Amino acid sequence: MTLKTPLHVNGEERMLVADSRTSLLDALRHHLGLTGTKKGCDHGQCGACTVIVNGRRINSCLTLACMHDGDEITTIEGLGTPEAMSALQSAFVRHDGFQCGYCTAGQICSATAMLEEAKAGWPSNVSETLEGDVTLSDSEISERMSGNLCRCSAYPGIVNAIREAAEGEHDEKL
Amino acid sequence: MTAHLKMNESQPPVLDEMAQGVIGTPTPRRDGPLKVTGQATYAAEVGDGTEAVGMLVRATIAKGRVTSIDETATLALPGVLTIITDERMLRNPAQGGANEAPVQGPRDVAYFGQPIALVVAETFEHARHAAQNISVTYEILPDAITDFLDGDAPIERPAAKQIEQGDIESAMRDAAFSVDATYTTPSQNSAAMEPHASIAWWDGEKVTLHSSLQMLKFNRNELADSLGIDPENVRVLAPYVGGGFGSKLGLAPEAVAAALAAKELGRPVRVVMTRPQVFETTMRRSATHQRLRLAANEQGELTAIGHDALVSNLPGEAFSEPVALATHFLYAGKNRSYSHQIARVNLTCAGSMRAPGEAVGMLALENAMDELAHDAGIDPVELRLRNIPEDHPEKDKKFSSHCLADCLTTGAKRFGWEKRNPTPGAVREGEWLIGVGMSSAARGNILHEAKARVILHSDATVSVETDMTDIGTGTYTILAQIAGEMLGLPLDRIEVKLGDTDFPPAAGSGGSWGAGSTGSAVFLACQTLRSEIADLLGTDPAELTIKDGSIISGNVQHELAQLLTRDLSAIGHIEPGKTSDEVEQATFGAHFAEVAVNAVTGETRVRRMLGVFSAGRILNMQTARSQCHGGMIFGIGSALTEELVHDLRDGHIVNHNLAEYHVPVNLDVPQIDAVFLEERDSWANPMQSKGVGELGISGAGAAITNAIFNATGVRVRDYPATLDKVLKGLPEM
Repeated sequence: MTLKTPLHVNGEERMLVADSRTSLLDALRHHLGLTGTKKGCDHGQCGACTVIVNGRRINSCLTLACMHDGDEITTIEGLGTPEAMSALQSAFVRHDGFQCGYCTAGQICSATAMLEEAKAGWPSNVSETLEGDVTLSDSEISERMSGNLCRCSAYPGIVNAIREAAEGEHDEKL
Repeated sequence: MTAHLKMNESQPPVLDEMAQGVIGTPTPRRDGPLKVTGQATYAAEVGDGTEAVGMLVRATIAKGRVTSIDETATLALPGVLTIITDERMLRNPAQGGANEAPVQGPRDVAYFGQPIALVVAETFEHARHAAQNISVTYEILPDAITDFLDGDAPIERPAAKQIEQGDIESAMRDAAFSVDATYTTPSQNSAAMEPHASIAWWDGEKVTLHSSLQMLKFNRNELADSLGIDPENVRVLAPYVGGGFGSKLGLAPEAVAAALAAKELGRPVRVVMTRPQVFETTMRRSATHQRLRLAANEQGELTAIGHDALVSNLPGEAFSEPVALATHFLYAGKNRSYSHQIARVNLTCAGSMRAPGEAVGMLALENAMDELAHDAGIDPVELRLRNIPEDHPEKDKKFSSHCLADCLTTGAKRFGWEKRNPTPGAVREGEWLIGVGMSSAARGNILHEAKARVILHSDATVSVETDMTDIGTGTYTILAQIAGEMLGLPLDRIEVKLGDTDFPPAAGSGGSWGAGSTGSAVFLACQTLRSEIADLLGTDPAELTIKDGSIISGNVQHELAQLLTRDLSAIGHIEPGKTSDEVEQATFGAHFAEVAVNAVTGETRVRRMLGVFSAGRILNMQTARSQCHGGMIFGIGSALTEELVHDLRDGHIVNHNLAEYHVPVNLDVPQIDAVFLEERDSWANPMQSKGVGELGISGAGAAITNAIFNATGVRVRDYPATLDKVLKGLPEM
């Protein structure tokens, strides 16, 4: 069955006309031309497809596009461009927070939303307490980013990049 | 103009005389801004939405024959366009460097998961539905072998790999200290983040394949041979590759299927493997069964080394996991014995995964060395220092350079090894047992033939063109650094174009030879361009100093952009020669790890890891360090979590997904330190560099399991060291 679904993607109104079985991930990649979001497993296991929906990070492979009528969707393309990268994007480049680059969009979308979760005081599995402000130690960052696999294993660079962006050490664009 | 060099003799350190100062520096990736913003285009992403979509259908038996496929029912499903069962479809993926078609013919089934058909439909959703519902009948053959340790498996013993030097039996008998232990490692999968994917389209007799591959000049011939067409009619594109680790060295089944379907339908076809298909139909690293024998005298000097291996592969496949690669040259010892057996099984094809040989062979060797050190009461670092050979212990060969001792002593000092408590199980923090371990690292260095074109444009900008790939290795950046250093130009004046078989053929990404081989081709082309610049000035190239586009020659300054009246172009061509045979070339290193093992659960956490490496000239300190980090973290996975589990009833892979095949996640990995020693290897190539992509994994996992022994006294010889295996040896609570 073909469905029409209006989506708000990166601040733009997009009308999706697609099979009702189309995942949000496939809609972005193959219907809306936003191939920055990656498919690594299609099972919610690797995090490469992470996008931000209404401020929350989700695996876009695990949700049908037609369920997002009216939702605000932000993909990697909505966070910055090569000429004007976000603080996290430029920190990932500086700290070599990737190698092949395939998990990177998911890592950065995930980290972008994760920093907001931490600011809002959400605890994690490694938090000392469930209440109060969150201090983003390395293990807090690692735990909160463990849903995003990186087989090149750029984890040390990913943590360094997120820590720097969280602390606002670098504002300048690369 | 072509600059050709066959590496028949050692080469002078030309790069050290250049003035630009970019070579070796920790330069961020040139492709970084594209990758962090989602603008880099990977294999499945070039379609415009009008391409048809193919989904592979897999065999659900271990051995037999497809007797029928109900095509009528499938073709009646919505959106289905065609079903491809062409005999040219690949049964097995191609081995690295195959350069010809691998085993074809999808109807004969040799392993569970083998592709048997491609369903092509208008959309992904249609194709997936049809492929899942297709009805297949088989003739099942009852003699499938799924257990490589089963005595029923046919065994091959390649004569060249059964080696006896001296008398190991006597040496073992007369030894003051000896180890005779068996280690097993499971099948593994590269699990690159980008699944294997291809889009193919035809223009008349010419096919273009946009795919995810590591070695394009070989892949082009593999596709041509598979399709039965002239390689001149094949163009392969892979400008961005989402990781490979060996699994994309050779052509995989989806590529040929996409090309066949595109030809039949007369429109582009996209085929992306599902993650389970990646596990089932691309290369696995073979499981191994390894017996290690070490004999030593009172001083801990080795008198004998024995390494007996049993590995597995499909019938007829030439590759077999070469587990003893490093054992041949890493340690001294007069008496040496090797055997190598290949069990023929009906399991997913075995092939190269990051550091084939060393990655699992050194787990066994370096565990055995740790066992010997413990039994002899000699510090593990000291034991290794006492056994570094002067020359190759099995061949009449000198080492081109050898920094293992320096890696060991530098590493021990940086890590604080002297604080180690040698008594296992003696250090405890609450419910955590703390231990440290170490291992050597070694990986042979390889040079392959490669070509690259460098164009020096009249505005003093540069284009580098080669079919080389950047699979995360840093090729885009490193080749720019080489050209920038040689031509005296900042990196923003240099464009690097990769991943297109229309460009000169390079070495491909594999075996850690990519940067050294293809980089040398770029170096040679630039050397020719320097000569042409010198000719324009009527001077000797050795007299030229070029920096930031300004040339200083005999106290006179010229601007490159003003000097050039036309584009200058050169092709560099490197070939291996006598230096590959006359000296032994290898990279070395030392791993150190600290673990905490939970005394209640047996869980191991890696707390600290240090690698000290020597790999000739480092071309980019940042990307090289990341490569070593990646290898070391693969080592964490090998040591603790990674294991492909086969159901022995039909050989199917039980955990064919990323939730159950456990690659390390962020929290599994501490901040890792990777350090490079200053080294030049003039025998390796004209840049004096050696490969780093696989050195980091070689030995890494053994440092962790040795640390588990130091923490707990438990020696896990059956990888991975999961909780259950550690817990079994821990004292009762």
